Amino acid sequence: MSEIRNYTLNFGPQHPAAHGVLRLILELDGEVIQRADPHIGLLHRATEKLAESKPYNQSIGYMDRLDYVSMMCNEHGYVLALEKLLGITPPIRAQYIRVMFDEMTRILNHLLWLGSHALDIGAMTVFLYAFREREDLMDCYEAVSGARLHATYYRPGGVHRDLPDSMPKYKPSKWHSEKEVAKLNENRQGSLLDFIWDFTERFPHRVDEYETLLTDNRIWKMRTVGIGVVTPERAIQLGFTGPMLRGSGIEWDLRKKQPYEVYDQLDFDIPVGVNGDCYDRYLVRVEEMRQSNQIIRQCVEWLRKNPGPVLLENHKVTPPSRVDMKRDMEALIHHFKLFTEGYSIPAGEAYAAIEHPKGEFGVYLISDGANKPYRLKIRAAGFPHLAALDEMTRGHMLADVVAILSSQDIVFGEIDR
Amino acid sequence: MVDIQTLATQIQTRFGDKLQDTITACEEITIEIAPQYLREICVALRDEAAFKFTMLIDVCGVDYSNYGVSEWVTEKATGTGFERGVSKIKNLEWKKPRFAVVYHLLSIEHNQRLRIRAFAAGEPPMIDSVTDIWPSASWYEREAFDLFGIIFNGHPDLRRILTDYGFIGHPFRKDFPLIGNVEVRYDAALGRVIYEPVSIEPRTLVPKVIRNIDKTSEKPVIPPAQETPNV
Repeated sequence: MSEIRNYTLNFGPQHPAAHGVLRLILELDGEVIQRADPHIGLLHRATEKLAESKPYNQSIGYMDRLDYVSMMCNEHGYVLALEKLLGITPPIRAQYIRVMFDEMTRILNHLLWLGSHALDIGAMTVFLYAFREREDLMDCYEAVSGARLHATYYRPGGVHRDLPDSMPKYKPSKWHSEKEVAKLNENRQGSLLDFIWDFTERFPHRVDEYETLLTDNRIWKMRTVGIGVVTPERAIQLGFTGPMLRGSGIEWDLRKKQPYEVYDQLDFDIPVGVNGDCYDRYLVRVEEMRQSNQIIRQCVEWLRKNPGPVLLENHKVTPPSRVDMKRDMEALIHHFKLFTEGYSIPAGEAYAAIEHPKGEFGVYLISDGANKPYRLKIRAAGFPHLAALDEMTRGHMLADVVAILSSQDIVFGEIDR
Repeated sequence: MVDIQTLATQIQTRFGDKLQDTITACEEITIEIAPQYLREICVALRDEAAFKFTMLIDVCGVDYSNYGVSEWVTEKATGTGFERGVSKIKNLEWKKPRFAVVYHLLSIEHNQRLRIRAFAAGEPPMIDSVTDIWPSASWYEREAFDLFGIIFNGHPDLRRILTDYGFIGHPFRKDFPLIGNVEVRYDAALGRVIYEPVSIEPRTLVPKVIRNIDKTSEKPVIPPAQETPNV
């Protein structure tokens, strides 16, 4: 009589539903998962070690590349840690700009998540819809920083520059006539803030569109309701944060509980799930997009009324203006020292956490008084989520692995670091 | 939210001389504990009503072997070209063990954070695992093992996690070069990918500089808080 053995399946790292470079070793009994062993690190770039060899400001760009779908939020965590150790507070306008871009980033992240989650489960259209709105938000990134993804826009002491007064416009070409281009440029006539305002007017209807496609969809519910259930107690033990924790019914959001920047002055709600399954996590994230939209509108209104500086005038940390450098010797010296040696941070350690779209993104920084970090530890939000994949998938069917994995919103840039 | 100082006093009265140090800085509490009390203190911090640190946010290893070592003299001018970037100057004396494990805890009930630092002595450095206290520690401890070579006693599955299959060494130790030790390429003759010693030289692009060291106390002088001309 032949021995009956479990079937071992190698999932990824080149699988389209592996969300990057995850390699999963699945042990199956028939089609039921007995054990899932994620092998990570295929995208490990040693960001933390690289940061140890560079002055503080040169690592801001690396932060974008961690979770490469919520770029500015990563930067935010890093600059907050620097500011905490330096003991500086950015100007209020810079704080509003940061909050506004954090929330735009949240929408960017959730749109990509929604699109790929639906795609994994078999709904193609949402993906195309989601990318239509992402395009507008990436245009905002471009307008403010020049880059559509890796912005490197936040600085310790504020943001790199103020919001532009005009939006980049499409130009007529062989493929687009004057008339078509005029239509494309319709909402780009005013400033960046006008463009964002126009976006927030449209966006809630777009979320309605996604919901029409999914929320009451029978197939969608069959694939997500009751799949990957995590109880609130277990979610805490497993170190879940963000929508994963809120999906399990725990009202925990750093924007409310440990507010940073100007979140305590803004009006928004925290959606919470009930059952802790994939469907609740979906509902939480969709509602978060609506709330983010609300926050962005409040920020736009405030920013329109309150011009002001966006970067501290403390030239030990922030560069002096170009104009000053032409006539002021000291400004020139500051500039030279800042861009060659960088600034030294007093010895000590700090942990700064933000409510990243995926959960708690924390940066733990140890300084020994030098111009480079002594140790930088990035607490990636997705890391404990993926660690719980084994437990969440056990006993589910093979096809549910994909649903559970994508409901965790995994991005390997931040998990492998 | 309990006030930081209150919590620090609570912890001090509860654990007393089991704590080696309690530091409050940047609105955060750090306690340093001897590794033999680690599990005992962690269980108490998780379960006792005054603390309720039910969530383990992060575990990370730290290698203190280069702490306070800079690479560039700042008090006087040097004329020896770019090589001046790679000398080693000891500014501070590190008297504690080389490796530490740092735990970040979060209490959802009291909305409070706490940092624990425990020094792992020996080579290889060893410390007790907390995976059965907080299940989320599992992968973090694997990571600290992989990157620093810290052994966690009692961890059920202490494998490498981030580095390549068959990797040698612990890359986040300060004596591990940034450029690594080996590089890979495809060898057409052998028909497979082979490992070779790295062919590039390590470089220091920006030397590490420590300014404002107070020679008598061997501590960096913290400049007075900058006034913030904002709002």
